[in-house]
Amino acid sequence: MAGLEDLYREIILDHYRAPRNRGELPVPPAHQVEGFNPLCGDEVVLYLDVADGVVTDVKIAGQGCSISQASTSMMSAAVKGKPVGEARTLIRAFKALMSIHESKIGGDDADAAQAAADDLAGVRLGDLEALQGVVKFPVRIKCATLAWNTLAQGLDEIEQGTD
Amino acid sequence: MSLDVARIRSDFPLLHQEQGGKRLVYLDSASSSQKPRSVMCAMDELMEHSYANVHRGVYAIAEQTTARFEAARTSVARFIGARESAELIFTRNATEAINLVAYSWGRTNLRAGDVVVLSEMEHHANIVPWHMLAAERGIELRWIPLTDDYRLDLTGLDALLAGAKLLAITAMSNVLGTVNDIPPLVAAARAAGAHVLVDASQAAPHLAIDVQAWDADFVAITAHKMLGPSGIGALWARRELLEAMPPFLGGGEMIRDVTKIGFTTNELPWKFEAGTPAITEAIGWGAAIDYLTAVGIDEIHAHETALTRYALDALAAEFGPRLSVYGPSTLEHRGGVLSFLFPEIHAHDVSQVLDEEAVCVRAGHHCAKPLMRVLGVPATSRASFYLYNDTDDVDALVHALGKAEQFFAL
Repeated sequence: MAGLEDLYREIILDHYRAPRNRGELPVPPAHQVEGFNPLCGDEVVLYLDVADGVVTDVKIAGQGCSISQASTSMMSAAVKGKPVGEARTLIRAFKALMSIHESKIGGDDADAAQAAADDLAGVRLGDLEALQGVVKFPVRIKCATLAWNTLAQGLDEIEQGTD
Repeated sequence: MSLDVARIRSDFPLLHQEQGGKRLVYLDSASSSQKPRSVMCAMDELMEHSYANVHRGVYAIAEQTTARFEAARTSVARFIGARESAELIFTRNATEAINLVAYSWGRTNLRAGDVVVLSEMEHHANIVPWHMLAAERGIELRWIPLTDDYRLDLTGLDALLAGAKLLAITAMSNVLGTVNDIPPLVAAARAAGAHVLVDASQAAPHLAIDVQAWDADFVAITAHKMLGPSGIGALWARRELLEAMPPFLGGGEMIRDVTKIGFTTNELPWKFEAGTPAITEAIGWGAAIDYLTAVGIDEIHAHETALTRYALDALAAEFGPRLSVYGPSTLEHRGGVLSFLFPEIHAHDVSQVLDEEAVCVRAGHHCAKPLMRVLGVPATSRASFYLYNDTDDVDALVHALGKAEQFFAL
């Protein structure tokens, strides 16, 4: 049975105790987007500053379990200063990291497994690798992906000009 | 403890397992209870020897099963103090029972501007159906607030009930463990001209209830929280009300006659039981009631009260103010449900550590989001006791909580 150390790597606890990029940005010009996990009440609020196709600044707020809040903090550090395209690649790569376990269980879904592997190929996840342990606790995957889904939604909204 | 818990536990096969080398400690009966072997055997025996549809066949096993099904109904009715079993409507669960009242009684008797009084400690099952009626026909909802001691604040009750048509209230909170004294609430409602619905989902498994002594109009209960199978519950309601209400679901069994032009309804209780009922489950529920009756519901209540006292003392001794514990401070007003929270650690994370220690508790909003807002927290962890829990279980909980606190020490 997977142990707690698989789920709560030291770096995750570090991000939970001392989250990076906590705060707000003036809206507008920044874009505010909120995500919510109704199952356990995790809440993520993102403030995104995107200029010339680059995520120039990101601030995070919200409350929730250590996995959701650590993932939000780690996400903010990973995408800050990156071009939007790279941020989207990171989103896909992270979700692939979370889903690889599922496609291995499924067995038949070779296409999904291959697509996930493709998404991960060549992407340097750095600190985010620490969240890999979450896949052994399927109930918590939604906690980890909340920040990333919220970021994707925010980027979509900025692109569509819906503030 | 007055109960022979060891002997009782031997009747519950599921509790004999280990998880990760640790004894499984089940502290989530408020969500759903475990089942004794006698309930499983009763259901198996029916399916092996007697099963047939009810009220439909004239052959021997059909008559046998029908008799057993109706005997189970009588058992449930007697268990809650009803005067006749025709007032006991089988439903899928307590949620469906409350929806039945909202649908059949509410739609006929409530108009725009009519008032339904709820409380801040209600479960969503006793909130959402009334929200749906509010959206559909503009009824107004009022809320009885809570005291600092997590009990109903009745100081403004008469004002809240002024002009109200219905008081819908829980007999015991599934989050706080608060036990509400029903008769005075009913008296106040009657004085205001209101009917009363009592959500007894949490209360009926743990303390003796008597719908006639309560003098309520509608009472909702469910089998799976009281050692019975999931998939069956009941609405008890006064005959006069049920006779005046239009049917809930339409189909077979609830009719007397059907033509191309229309239909007439069957007599009580079957008027409100459309389609094939949960036959096997009803027999299981009857067996569950036999088990509870044999142990003694008052003995169970005394056992849980003592266990709650033990748990409150143990948590206070171990954690003091570092752990917030919600619920009334006096045992006479509370049942064996404990919600708690480390201020700096999310309930979800605490439950993860507890799971590692094979301790099963619930974390989240417990289907009581308005209450969570009143408490000012997004979620709590909740431990709940039943007849198969003992002080070893509480010790395991305290030990596991200590591990959680250490693990997430800031």
